Amino acid sequence: MRNFLAIMSGIAALLGAAPALAAQPEPWQARFQPAATSIMEQITWFEQYTLWFIVPIVILVMVLLAWAVFRYRASANPTPSRTSHNTLIEVVWTVGPVVILLFLAVPSFQLLTAQYTPDEDPQLTVKATANQWNWDYEYQVDDPLYFNSAILAEDARAEAGKEDKSVYPRLLAVDNELVVPVDTTVRVLVTASDVIHAFAMPAFGIKVDAVPGRINETWFNARKEGLYYGQCSELCGKDHAFMPIAIRVVSNEQYENWAVAARDDLGTANKALMAAVEGDTKVAAAGN
Amino acid sequence: MAGAAAQDHHHDHKPRGWTRWVYSTNHKDIGTLYLIFAICAGIVGGSLSVMMRWELAEPGIQIFHGLAAMVYGVEGDAALDAGKHMFNVFTTAHGLIMIFFMVMPALIGGFANWMVPIMIGAPDMAFPRMNNISFWLLPPAFFLALLSVFMPSAPGAWGIGGGWTIYPPMSSLTGQPGPAMDLAILSLHIAGASSILGAINFITTIFNMRAPGMTLHKMPLFAWSVLITAFLLLLSLPVLAGAITMLLTDRNFGTTFFDPAGGGDPILFQHLFWFFGHPEVYILILPGFGIVSHIVSTFSKKPVFGYLGMAYAMVAIGVVGFVVWAHHMYTTGLSIDTQRYFVFATMVIAVPTGVKIFSWIATMWGGSISMRTPMLWAIGFIFLFTVGGVTGVQLANAGLDRSFHDTYYVVAHFHYVLSLGAVFAIFAGWYYWFPKMTGYMYSPLIARTHFWVTFIGVNLIFFPQHFLGLAGMPRRYIDYPDAFAGWNMVSSYGSYISAVGVLIFLYGVFEAFSKKRVAGANPWGEGATTLEWQLPSPPPFHQWEQLPKIK
Repeated sequence: MRNFLAIMSGIAALLGAAPALAAQPEPWQARFQPAATSIMEQITWFEQYTLWFIVPIVILVMVLLAWAVFRYRASANPTPSRTSHNTLIEVVWTVGPVVILLFLAVPSFQLLTAQYTPDEDPQLTVKATANQWNWDYEYQVDDPLYFNSAILAEDARAEAGKEDKSVYPRLLAVDNELVVPVDTTVRVLVTASDVIHAFAMPAFGIKVDAVPGRINETWFNARKEGLYYGQCSELCGKDHAFMPIAIRVVSNEQYENWAVAARDDLGTANKALMAAVEGDTKVAAAGN
Repeated sequence: MAGAAAQDHHHDHKPRGWTRWVYSTNHKDIGTLYLIFAICAGIVGGSLSVMMRWELAEPGIQIFHGLAAMVYGVEGDAALDAGKHMFNVFTTAHGLIMIFFMVMPALIGGFANWMVPIMIGAPDMAFPRMNNISFWLLPPAFFLALLSVFMPSAPGAWGIGGGWTIYPPMSSLTGQPGPAMDLAILSLHIAGASSILGAINFITTIFNMRAPGMTLHKMPLFAWSVLITAFLLLLSLPVLAGAITMLLTDRNFGTTFFDPAGGGDPILFQHLFWFFGHPEVYILILPGFGIVSHIVSTFSKKPVFGYLGMAYAMVAIGVVGFVVWAHHMYTTGLSIDTQRYFVFATMVIAVPTGVKIFSWIATMWGGSISMRTPMLWAIGFIFLFTVGGVTGVQLANAGLDRSFHDTYYVVAHFHYVLSLGAVFAIFAGWYYWFPKMTGYMYSPLIARTHFWVTFIGVNLIFFPQHFLGLAGMPRRYIDYPDAFAGWNMVSSYGSYISAVGVLIFLYGVFEAFSKKRVAGANPWGEGATTLEWQLPSPPPFHQWEQLPKIK
């Protein structure tokens, strides 16, 4: 029952409007995290679409097996038939799956194409370089901004003002988030300095390997402000589980202010941004 | 058949003592050695997985720092670091052991060695001495793999922790400079050589030693499945051997095949690895397909429905299995056209697989079904393999795999087809042929308990992992955000239940040998039509000295 409820609540969360800060896993979650980009919405739709095919197929096989075991049990059917061929049915169960696969393939190829076709040219390019076991981010703008982002040490929570574990969860929170403006197409160039890692952000529907010696490219356009979490997704050594990715999506104005301030003092800029974001949240809460 | 009675009177002059086993050229004795080896390796590989589930039962690091302190003699932070790496060593070793030292030896070395010559009416394998070396290469390979666990690898760590896929640069000097990886590479080389020799032996045997009248199109499906598997082994393993040889020279002799600093490419290794790796997963499951076909037919008292379709579906799976490898690599930066091709090719595999599932059900349809233990396992196999198969269809879509790749969804998928698929087929085959191989009947009560405990246990382990994958939990993590705790706890309890299942299995074997219930030549009745049931149980040391004639 509990599992069933968890599934239902997961579906409900997907269908309903997601709150801005819900882009991290929830206890007993059984479905995708709420989508923050159009691409992730399409992935979520496609995943549900595939369920309309695969769940009935599993149920069909289960029912046929159960029926055969029951109806043709030795006590009920002592004399077996000798039928071992039926061309028609063999053609049906060969062509049937082909048709189902066509129904899956068309939206699948559309989704794949969409993932490689941003609506507009990227307005911001960030290079993410993975190291064992942290990330270097470089904003590729005039007068580049770059900093390192590593897991938030538990004893650094107070100093960073990140004591609230519901917003800054263990193993997901980082010291310096990647900050990007909302409703902006951001290009991410991904590479690595030592071994292979992978840059992943579930709520954005992106995952791309960070491979030393090559630069992979992906993009996202986040529609909702908030703090989003992902984790390294290619085994990279002992601290593979301890190099999270955090992206803070903020308003254009907040981003501009932060980007200027961050060049002088990243820590102060981050704190100012956190204060600004929290102020917004409180205003929004008061307005409701 | 001239068979049973005449065979009984024939004097068996078995070699006595240890020479019977160590010098063995007898396919049945070698098959038995393989099965014993697979059970031992399975216990080791299974224990590793229970340790991992114990670790993952709740958030935080519970046992591996302590384990590292015990095994490697390090303390404090060093133990924590060594422990984190040790978890990766366990995932790596679990994968390698289960694939190379459990499933393959059980299905190909064990059941195929035992049954294929008997089923096709041959006195033995074509190359009995090569059969011996095939088996005896495995224990040293296993020894090297186990030895690697105690050798230095990454700084401050021991054992290979790069996953069974051993991607460079994690597996090259950058990631793990110590000798552990070199030992693992040598272990894979030896295990690969063993399999290639075995494959040559099976292909030769099946092509040349079938009894008069047994055309390929009359050959039992298990022999078909082993023939196809042998070709997959023969064609794919040399590619792995090439890849790991290049890795070895990168590590030791200054080459840069996979090092971008010298013009190499880490992604090249992944292409080579999966060109082997994808056929490899069909190598693990195809013999299981063959076993399940026999069992379903036997206990439905009906011939296999659509025999030719079944045989050529396996051929199709084998052929297409060679051209889908890069669906393991959708996130590596493949061009979009490459991804489109691999999506298409991968989906094609669903068609012959569907043909097999439906043909098994059609075999049961209209039959006279007795639900004896092997049938229970076979039906469990069909259902659970279907569950794993449909999630495979989802994963084939590169657009969706973007979200699933390297999460627990993938772990759930491949355990449904392998742990609940291949392993269920192994147990189905075990209970089906146990009376034939030993002459003793197992206890149906213990065997059924084994089934239900395992069925509940493995589903509890792996079904919740779909949810973890959807929620975004990456695989190969020693610790996870607290939100993932719930399903991980369920999964861990499932693993403990499955471990009890293994103990019940072992007790069942012990019980059968101690009670010595005589099984008789054919305990399954009229449905069991293949040649092995015309021999006494256990079969004589040398069978078919007068070749059987097939109508």
